[in-house]
Amino acid sequence: MNPPPEPWRLVHADPDPPFEIIVDDQPVRAVPGQTIGAALWAAGVRSTRHTRGTGRGRGMFCGIGICFDCLMTVNDGPALRVCQIEARPGDVVRTGTM
Amino acid sequence: MPTYDAVVIGAGPAGMSGAHTIGQAGLQVALVDAGPRLGGQFHRHPPAAFHATRPQALHHGWRHFCAFRDRLADLPGVTHLPDHHVWSVEQADGLITVRAVTDLRRPVGVTIRGRALLIATGGYDRQLPFPGWDLPGVLTAGAAQALLKGNLVLAGRRVVVAGSGPFLLPVAAGLGRAGATVVGVYEAARVSRFLRHATTLAQNAGKLVEAARHHATLLRHRIPMHSGWAVVAAHGDTHLAAVTVARLDRAGNPVPGTRRRVPCDTLAIGYGFTPQTELLVQLGCATRVDVDGSVVADVDAGQRTNVPSVYAAGEVTGIGGAALSEVEGVIAGLAIRAGVGKPGRVPRRLLSRRTALRRFAAAMHDVYRVPAGWVGWLTPETIVCRCEEVPAERVRAAVEQDGATQPRTGKLLTRAGMGWCQGRVCAHAVSTLITHFGGRPASPADLATWANRPIAQPVPLRLLADAAPDLSAPQP
Amino acid sequence: MVVIGAGIIGAACAFAAARAGLRVAVLDRGPVIGGTTGAGEGNILVSDKGPGAELDLAVLSSTLWRQFGAEHGDAIEYEPKGGLVVAAGEADMRALRRFAAEQRAGGVQTQVVTADDLPELEPHLAPGLAGGVRYPQDAQVQPMLAAALLLRLARDRGATIHPDTPVIAMRRDGHGRVIGVSTPGGTIPAGSVVNAAGVWAGQMAALAGVRMPVLPRRGCILVTQPLPAIVRHKVYGAGYTTDVMSDATDLQVSPVIEGTRAGTVLIGASRERVGFDRAMPIPVLARLARHATELFPVLADVSVIRAYLGFRPYMPDHLPALGADPRVPGLLHACGHEGAGIGLALASGHLIGQVLTGAEPTLDLYPFRPDRFSDPADGARTGAPTEEAT
Repeated sequence: MNPPPEPWRLVHADPDPPFEIIVDDQPVRAVPGQTIGAALWAAGVRSTRHTRGTGRGRGMFCGIGICFDCLMTVNDGPALRVCQIEARPGDVVRTGTM
Repeated sequence: MPTYDAVVIGAGPAGMSGAHTIGQAGLQVALVDAGPRLGGQFHRHPPAAFHATRPQALHHGWRHFCAFRDRLADLPGVTHLPDHHVWSVEQADGLITVRAVTDLRRPVGVTIRGRALLIATGGYDRQLPFPGWDLPGVLTAGAAQALLKGNLVLAGRRVVVAGSGPFLLPVAAGLGRAGATVVGVYEAARVSRFLRHATTLAQNAGKLVEAARHHATLLRHRIPMHSGWAVVAAHGDTHLAAVTVARLDRAGNPVPGTRRRVPCDTLAIGYGFTPQTELLVQLGCATRVDVDGSVVADVDAGQRTNVPSVYAAGEVTGIGGAALSEVEGVIAGLAIRAGVGKPGRVPRRLLSRRTALRRFAAAMHDVYRVPAGWVGWLTPETIVCRCEEVPAERVRAAVEQDGATQPRTGKLLTRAGMGWCQGRVCAHAVSTLITHFGGRPASPADLATWANRPIAQPVPLRLLADAAPDLSAPQP
Repeated sequence: MVVIGAGIIGAACAFAAARAGLRVAVLDRGPVIGGTTGAGEGNILVSDKGPGAELDLAVLSSTLWRQFGAEHGDAIEYEPKGGLVVAAGEADMRALRRFAAEQRAGGVQTQVVTADDLPELEPHLAPGLAGGVRYPQDAQVQPMLAAALLLRLARDRGATIHPDTPVIAMRRDGHGRVIGVSTPGGTIPAGSVVNAAGVWAGQMAALAGVRMPVLPRRGCILVTQPLPAIVRHKVYGAGYTTDVMSDATDLQVSPVIEGTRAGTVLIGASRERVGFDRAMPIPVLARLARHATELFPVLADVSVIRAYLGFRPYMPDHLPALGADPRVPGLLHACGHEGAGIGLALASGHLIGQVLTGAEPTLDLYPFRPDRFSDPADGARTGAPTEEAT
């Protein structure tokens, strides 16, 4: 097991055991209480959708639910702001053109 | 369903203090908030499941917040409704109706009614477009902060912090403390402008101490601070790999020969804040344009808007920071109390504190002005509206060829501001560009049209359909 | 000549006049495309009109739009997608068939669609509908882009566009003839003045001393999140036509649903006469949402991300005023198109151009004569003294 990342040590966090969510068929680790967007960011996933016009990649931008850049499909919920949605075990998340 | 004595929208410093003040008088208050926990953006903190025993390491004023939170929890009349995204506010027959959706995964409609309303919806980072700002890896300063404070996730390994305003310091300091390599802070304003406001600054010693502490953190983590510099472009193929920074002249134009490329994986950027005023506009509340160019609620000494029983506090009345927001929340709460015959005298020291903090905010806005030359950073292809992918050249064509001389026509002809975010991100930039390309100077009314969002949050059609109370009544 | 109003109707008139070689100035009290045009869906419909003068106008205009679209289709997002009117029950379906048979006599192409064939045309329609009628001539255009293009084409032919230039008086000579307009910035002489001021056309007519009973009829539209194509046609319920033709002041809501090139789905249509009240009525939006999800259940979980409202220039007999005003020489009207202004714009401009150049109009303009609501007193005012601006 890797040592906990710096921010966790800094605030003496002792999180509940992590779980996995599935992002485009790949497992991604999430800590209970984290948003899907944060879990993806922590895992190095920067691009979370493709734009409708030019097809360029987009990722989280405002992080607080304002900009709608981090839209993804979560389970069957289309076009959800993943910066606003807490991850749950077994979530199936997909990038798409939105 | 109960009718609350007051509904408070927004659980940041202004909303919390407002709800607390109202609740103290034994009144019933609904504290409605989009976030999962109390505190808003300023007091954003990790969820309980993280079991953080030393959150103060990342949270300025943590103890103050905890005490506040506990006092609020002790008031039986205050009901906190987290994860409630308000899409509409109406007033009829002296009653306020607030409509929200909760649980974004499977949205459920909620209707909340109250006799008075305090709007404390805060603000979000103001952005200026530049080439490459739509690349994954470019974040708002607020996003970097939310990732860290709310999720304990570092925004990046090599981070550039840029933009303008006092908020950049805590963002850079937090990232540095949490282990990121902050390559540099590029503050567009010149710190020398502070000298003009020496008296105001001296009267706000607390703020100076806070800034000094952040500067000390930057020093400790060897984070260089560049005043009068800006990020003028971002580079990368599929995600951010570098930014171009440049020294700015007084007009905000890059000084020739100063451009240089800075490798980084993350950029955290923001040029001040934009207040969230759409709920005020829905109710027909009067707005004005504040010194920083933001559209804000026009309130009186008691934080009253011109619409009866509707109050506003915090950033929606003018960007001024957490301390001012908290004071305004208390004053609004007292005014709401007084409105229903409860004790509501506002202590004089509170009023003078508000005056001092507002003066300080005005000085800050004067120092940290948006660099006017930013329009020169754009190329014709630079996206200005991220949602609808509208390039700068389309805005230029709409103005020059089609006479889109003000925001409404500009929006209709280019689709800028018509997408998911309804212009929240691009309004300031598009307004400025329209004027720059030959449109008329944006009037307060022009600017206010951007905040006209009759549906403030996306709402599924099935829930909107439920908002028809008259459906069961016989139709004429 | 002067055109008052830089909406779709004024733009079409300016384009036709400029193309005919006239010197044109387009004036608007506010920005260009700032009124009803900017709040519309861009309908080019023949399907909602019964036989008569308006249908003749609509058929002519639909042909002109098709020609215009062939040349400029991409710039104005012209889509000849066709309309589909659906009936909930057998009674509605019988009425719809009857209506379609009448329309056929007026030159409208119609195809009766059985309940079984509906899913092939619109896969996401609610099950259990009784059938419908398809109208291949119905089309859609992005109205703001279309108006902007018409203005640009007029300008290319020498027209000048003057936003933020309200007309505060009509200049008239000793015989009562209109010889120009007055604005706060000065007077503009003109051989003729076309009143294309939309919901404000009544005020412009009053400046010339005549009555034009245009009233605002409010409509709201919901805009969904961008989606992959779900709705192919312009789809509406059989009750829509009845609502359009109604004179009621109270609220009427019938479903009108269509996709756009931007991916959003637009949901209308409400009609109510409430003056210029700009407060967004949530109960009206709720009823639009209810109707839309009844017709397309798949939309239930789709989010509305915006809503907007506008004011249709309503006329008591649902016909626009088109042509020269016999009461005031030099004054022409192209106004009162209610909710059909985009669709009827090109024909209106075309006919106004013919009147201005003395050509024989393609259609008989008698049903559209501007003085048909005239008070007896109007005639007496024809020779009213010149109203001069200071």
